[in-house]
Amino acid sequence: MSLVLTSTRNEWAAVRGEAARAGLALLRPGLGLILPVGLALLWELAVYAGWSTGRLVPPPSVVFATFAELWSAGELQTHALATMSRVAAGFVCGVAAGTVLGAITGYSMLSHRLVDPTLQALRSIPSIAWVPLFILWFGIFEASKIILIAVGVFFPVYLGVMGAVISVDRKIVEVGRAFRLSGFAMVRRILLPAVLPAYVLSLRAGLGLGWMFVVAAEFLGASTGLGFLLIDGQQLGKPATIVAAIVAFAILGKATDALLALATAPLLRWEDRHGRR
Amino acid sequence: MLTLDRVGKTYSGGLRALDGVSLDIAPGEIVVVIGGSGCGKSTLLRAISGLDAPSDGSVRLEGERIVAPHEKIGIVFQEPRLLPWLSVAGNVGFGLEHRPKREREERVAAALARVGLADKAGVWPRQLSGGQAQRVAIARALVPRPQVLLLDEPFSALDAFTRADLQDHLLDLWADGRPTLVVVTHDVDEAIVLADRIVVMQPRPGRISEEIAVDLPRPRDRQSAPFDVAKRRVLAALDRSLDRAAEPADAGQRAAAGGALWW
Ligand SMILES: Nc1ncnc2c1ncn2[C@@H]1O[C@H](COP(=O)(O)OP(=O)(O)OP(=O)(O)O)[C@@H](O)[C@H]1O
Ligand SMILES: [Mg+2]
Repeated sequence: MSLVLTSTRNEWAAVRGEAARAGLALLRPGLGLILPVGLALLWELAVYAGWSTGRLVPPPSVVFATFAELWSAGELQTHALATMSRVAAGFVCGVAAGTVLGAITGYSMLSHRLVDPTLQALRSIPSIAWVPLFILWFGIFEASKIILIAVGVFFPVYLGVMGAVISVDRKIVEVGRAFRLSGFAMVRRILLPAVLPAYVLSLRAGLGLGWMFVVAAEFLGASTGLGFLLIDGQQLGKPATIVAAIVAFAILGKATDALLALATAPLLRWEDRHGRR
Repeated sequence: MLTLDRVGKTYSGGLRALDGVSLDIAPGEIVVVIGGSGCGKSTLLRAISGLDAPSDGSVRLEGERIVAPHEKIGIVFQEPRLLPWLSVAGNVGFGLEHRPKREREERVAAALARVGLADKAGVWPRQLSGGQAQRVAIARALVPRPQVLLLDEPFSALDAFTRADLQDHLLDLWADGRPTLVVVTHDVDEAIVLADRIVVMQPRPGRISEEIAVDLPRPRDRQSAPFDVAKRRVLAALDRSLDRAAEPADAGQRAAAGGALWW
């Protein structure tokens, strides 16, 4: 009798444990939200209660209203689109250059010795320092902005690809050689798949820098773009506009990174990573 | 016929790893190369495979000089070296890329069934055990139907039970198409289970110390008395190879220490 009881009790405990685990699984993505949402609510409450005017740090409700206002006027979309197309153009150029140069310097020791020291030296220059020169060379319109972004994207991609190609396991390359692969076939069937995980990481790092550099680029006399919205908000003394633009940056940055991660995930299913799931 | 003619290898640092190794290996023969660590067994195998050309002498297969990897020569390394981004089936079919898809699929499926891993076709290499991975590596090397299969300590990373299992497995696979096998090993039992002929090597520089024919009927019983006799012969030959290597500098010392020195 007692045996039966304990066994049912154990089953119950198991069922309850499972339910709790399922609930936790649903909640897990929500855990990260507790801190920012809590702080925002606290601030809202502080302004509502009159502890602060919220003039310099607008409460969430005001930011949201500004966001909605900019949206319905179509302004937000225009600016976001301008910024996104700059990031996209700069990203494509930076990735193309970084991939090609990274692959060449990783593959051939000679070109590594020839090219890498110069690029490393250039890398140590804070990229914003190029801005005056770029404006002189390429004018104040799109070209100089896109090139600045491309420079930002270039370095992480270049370093990532070069490092990955250099560190491809010699033993795996030897398998390719044993199957008489050479030149392009070796690149396509061995080197490329071997560097793919590192490449994807470097693309994501490059994209992050692209979003950083677009702000710098748009500070320099743009008439559109989220960066322009930031400057505009500052000059007109509208902190809510600034925060709304910042929020837009955050959303777009996170969304494009997630898209990139999602698009490349099927290529990396084979990976055996500790941090999986 | 696989012919090695006075094969020598000097590495860039000036180290003479192989010197005057000559060997004729008949089609379908199983030759096992055994010897102490560093006596040039891997160097020899890599020279035959064409991965590292010898610095002097020649390797010929059916008269054709081997200077680069050749489609009729397959190789299995000590580690499985599976490509982690390809499924098990993708790995096994790696050498058949230029064949029609249908044929490739059939041959891969047949090879996987042959090594007892038909149910693992769609699995990633990281999901295999060490023994399973090595079986896939053997299947990958055999699928293009090489005339010669080279194996460099293929089972040395495995436990004794799995090792004995894979030795039997290798013999089964060999019986299918009867390729020439050249197997490098440290393991005397393994040598006697597999070999038609055992080549004992000695170091500094790496050369052939002696050859021992093993004419026990197959399958060979590891427990039987003739097996033990063969084993003692091989162990004695290994001792002699060490003594020879030690000559002339410290011959007396080595003889006194006897064979126990490295067993
Ligand atoms: N790439 C290389 N460059 C220089 N020397 C090498 C190289 N590979 C091997 N050697 C040297 O050549 C000699 C023979 O090496 P090899 O790997 O052929 O020995 P082995 O018989 O396979 O040894 P083990 O049983 O330990 O695998 C060793 O002294 C080794 O140090
Ligand atoms: Mg070796």
